[in-house]
Amino acid sequence: MGDSVSRRSFLLTTTALGFDLKPAIAAARELKISRTTQTHSVCPYCAVGCSVVIHTLGDKARNVQPSVVHIEGDPDSPINRGTLCSKGISLKEFVVNERRLTRPLYRAPGSSAWTRISWEEALDKMARRIKDTRDRGFEEKDAQGRTVNRLPNLALIGGCTDTNEINYLISKFRFGLGIAAYENQARL
Amino acid sequence: MASLAATFGRGAMTNGWTDVVNADVILVMGGNPAENHPVGFRFVMEARRRRKAKLVSIDPRFNRTAAVSDCYVPMRAGTDIAFLGGLIHYALENKLYHADYIKLHTNASFLVKEGFGFENGHFSGWNAEKKTYDRSTWQYESDGQGFAKVDPTLEHPRCVFQLMRKHYERYTPEAVANIAGCSAGEFNRAAAIICSTGRPDKSGTILYALGWTQHSHAVQLIHTAAMLQLLLGNVGVPGGGVNAQRGHANIKGSTDMGSWNNLPGYLRLPRANHTSLDEFLKANTPKPLRPNSMNYWSNTPKFMTSLLKAYYGRHAARKNGFGYHNLPKIGESDNNSWGFFFDRMHKGSIEGFLSFGMNPVANGPNTPKMLDALSKLKWMIVVENFETETAAFWNAKKLGEKYYSSFIDPAGIQTEVFLLPAACFAEKDGAFVNSSRWLQWKSAAVPPPGEAKPDQEIIARLFLKVRELYEKEGGKAPQPLLQMSWDYANPLSPSLEEVAREVNGRDLAGKQLNGFGELKDDGSTACGNWIYCGSWPEAGNMMARRGQEDPTGLGLFPNYAWSWPANRRILYNRAASDAGGKGWDPQRTSIRWDGVRWTGDTPDYKADAKPSDFGAFIMLPEGVAKLFAADLLEGPFPEHYEPAESPVPNPLHKEVSSNPLASVFQGALDKLGSAKDYPYVAITYRLTEHFHYWTKHMHASGELQSNFFVEVPEELAREKGIKGGDFVRVTSARGSVEGPALVTRRIRPLKVEGKTIYQIGIPIHWGFVGRVRGPLVNNLTPSVYDPNSGTPEYKGFLVNLEKV
Repeated sequence: MGDSVSRRSFLLTTTALGFDLKPAIAAARELKISRTTQTHSVCPYCAVGCSVVIHTLGDKARNVQPSVVHIEGDPDSPINRGTLCSKGISLKEFVVNERRLTRPLYRAPGSSAWTRISWEEALDKMARRIKDTRDRGFEEKDAQGRTVNRLPNLALIGGCTDTNEINYLISKFRFGLGIAAYENQARL
Repeated sequence: MASLAATFGRGAMTNGWTDVVNADVILVMGGNPAENHPVGFRFVMEARRRRKAKLVSIDPRFNRTAAVSDCYVPMRAGTDIAFLGGLIHYALENKLYHADYIKLHTNASFLVKEGFGFENGHFSGWNAEKKTYDRSTWQYESDGQGFAKVDPTLEHPRCVFQLMRKHYERYTPEAVANIAGCSAGEFNRAAAIICSTGRPDKSGTILYALGWTQHSHAVQLIHTAAMLQLLLGNVGVPGGGVNAQRGHANIKGSTDMGSWNNLPGYLRLPRANHTSLDEFLKANTPKPLRPNSMNYWSNTPKFMTSLLKAYYGRHAARKNGFGYHNLPKIGESDNNSWGFFFDRMHKGSIEGFLSFGMNPVANGPNTPKMLDALSKLKWMIVVENFETETAAFWNAKKLGEKYYSSFIDPAGIQTEVFLLPAACFAEKDGAFVNSSRWLQWKSAAVPPPGEAKPDQEIIARLFLKVRELYEKEGGKAPQPLLQMSWDYANPLSPSLEEVAREVNGRDLAGKQLNGFGELKDDGSTACGNWIYCGSWPEAGNMMARRGQEDPTGLGLFPNYAWSWPANRRILYNRAASDAGGKGWDPQRTSIRWDGVRWTGDTPDYKADAKPSDFGAFIMLPEGVAKLFAADLLEGPFPEHYEPAESPVPNPLHKEVSSNPLASVFQGALDKLGSAKDYPYVAITYRLTEHFHYWTKHMHASGELQSNFFVEVPEELAREKGIKGGDFVRVTSARGSVEGPALVTRRIRPLKVEGKTIYQIGIPIHWGFVGRVRGPLVNNLTPSVYDPNSGTPEYKGFLVNLEKV
């Protein structure tokens, strides 16, 4: 840059305007996270495993849902020491995003649109589908008469974006039903 | 991961991110951490600053990792085994290997049976008719007591060391250059830096990612890298290892919990011939192959019984094999990996499909085939944070415009779809496992939006609802379902802390176990995953620890989070010391023998066993690491095979050009192309501004990188009359993508067998659903998979390029 001065460094260092902007900037920063609750979490993207601090507001009052106002790198993590990449730094948008799914949706056979469905109806329908499929396809014995207790006509994938505990519950779900084909992102 | 397990005993990154600072040389190949793991890459830069470490980048593209490297060598996609085999040859030829290390810590001295050999592209035992190997000649010569014979001088013509030397004789710098397309001079320059770490006082690390795993010969490729690191004495030492940089927050943890053919903790899924628990344990509990092998998997009965006890609780007793019969048994030759079951779905034999946070239409190869497969389902359940291409696959024709014009209209698709809103990471607690095997506990900050639910509640409600139907109505084989334990305080939404305690394991009195050494095979302990035993003992949640101490000064941070196994930070750390227990480099060993016990990191060894008591690789029956690995399907030594679609026949053996055992599908939608119609090599990759197929829903990423594009080498662009920004169409035998050309000098044309080879780079991240949209790159990729790992070949397939 040589001797030139960027707009930002000019604003941050100069009082050429006749007044000092520093306190104003500091006040703006303070407002953003000064009254937030901080929660420790881990970035859900790649597997470097950067720790993050999630700042939420509004969780102190009765009947008020807290909301995420800021997510930043956790300075205590020996992995990221407070830093984050360009994706991590915009993580707030992963949580607060008008594209998030907020209701169960249903697409009927042959339909060209989603329709809303209640959790209750969805759970009833899904459980029925799983049971019918399992009853049709479950193999207790193979051709040689050996006990195999497997379900070949139902497949399951997922888990790499979710915690160990959820993966463990998925394993119980899988083996309870007898699902033979289960895959995750590790394959890809 | 399959490869590292076969070579070292565990399918996991050997060291960790924070350890990279200890390296003298960092080889980045098959990865681009500067862009894809930017925060992890800080440790590479720190090693350069602190130790003047050298960074070597070998990649088809001059990417941002290459831009800050000390040495960059371009290469043709899919020729890594040739390059690494060349490095093995270079180390042996120039005597740069660590001789004492390989004698003590590898199977270099083991004798192999007579009859083992390699000729014209095949190892001994090839059955051309069945296209399989009879692996009987790949075994060690036995001493009659069940142990392998060894020659400590490494001179016997049938010892692994001599066989390896012979196998890689062909991999001269000139041969490598002719295959990979770089010059022999460029190869030699990189080889001199990489092999400089063969000295006891130097260590070198290898960082890789999907650029290595996404090949039809990926597992062999990674075995080559592991062999090189063993030859250089770089395994078990700080600043060393073979380090997989994984691409998803908990891809490691979900693998640890079992997928495909594994139960939790890398216990094998039973096969139909394992008709009882005893049969299963007999087949899966290895015997030691050397007198001093600790052979830790001999504890398999304790791990398995404790898992069954966790699964089946009060229904698990000795008299019923602890509920073993409830587990599914797959056929002896069944393959349920990705390519195989989606092929079965495509053929119509799968009715129902559940996808938890995965997007196979975007992620899997050959999108046209994937769309067809989903359209054959009766029903599908997708659990997600955002709508995905998978959830909306039935609308692909409308949303994907020109790419899927032959796909059917929604009216013809009878698949019923449920799309369920799930809580995101910030709305749930629980542990993620990073690449370094650190289990890091996170807490929930906010409730999920609207009617979205945490996944544990979705799984639990579905599970209990199905169970209720069986209780009410009966049905086929209800027992495995009814006997699965689900004894949570709130069964409809189990607390993840409660689940984590169950995973850690407890005894009959309900006391949390301290570690897997306490597991029993008599049903008196229950443990959901033996490798996580110790993560939540009586003392509390170890995964939530935030201790900053680093007593060894090596970046181990033993009190921050918790690392499997047993909070060990560097795997195989016993191998950093010589026969007497003295560090090869006394400054750089994470454990020290003080005459009575090992101190420092958790030893990967018995804490009070003398250095001479056991081999350093306790998970392998050999007790030492394997340069020669007979458990890999294509051969015990890696050989260069071309990708399934290749611009040239294999220069080493034209008749056996690509991997003879690769899983290649032959249906109408599985076409492979030839160089005549598709003359250019294509690779797919990530950009730093996006994460996989998720961030296309975000403003920030969408603004930083809004458009799909195709990277075209300058010389090829000139030949085709393409200018930067011109629209181009890339076509493979499967499908096509269109976008603006980014004419680049970053992908240099290469000379292979006298022929000029152009490579084209295509970023992933776009799709037909999202705030920013574009073509799915997997429209192009082939249904070709590695036979060991089941991973598709995304790096090095053939395409044509034309200006639109």
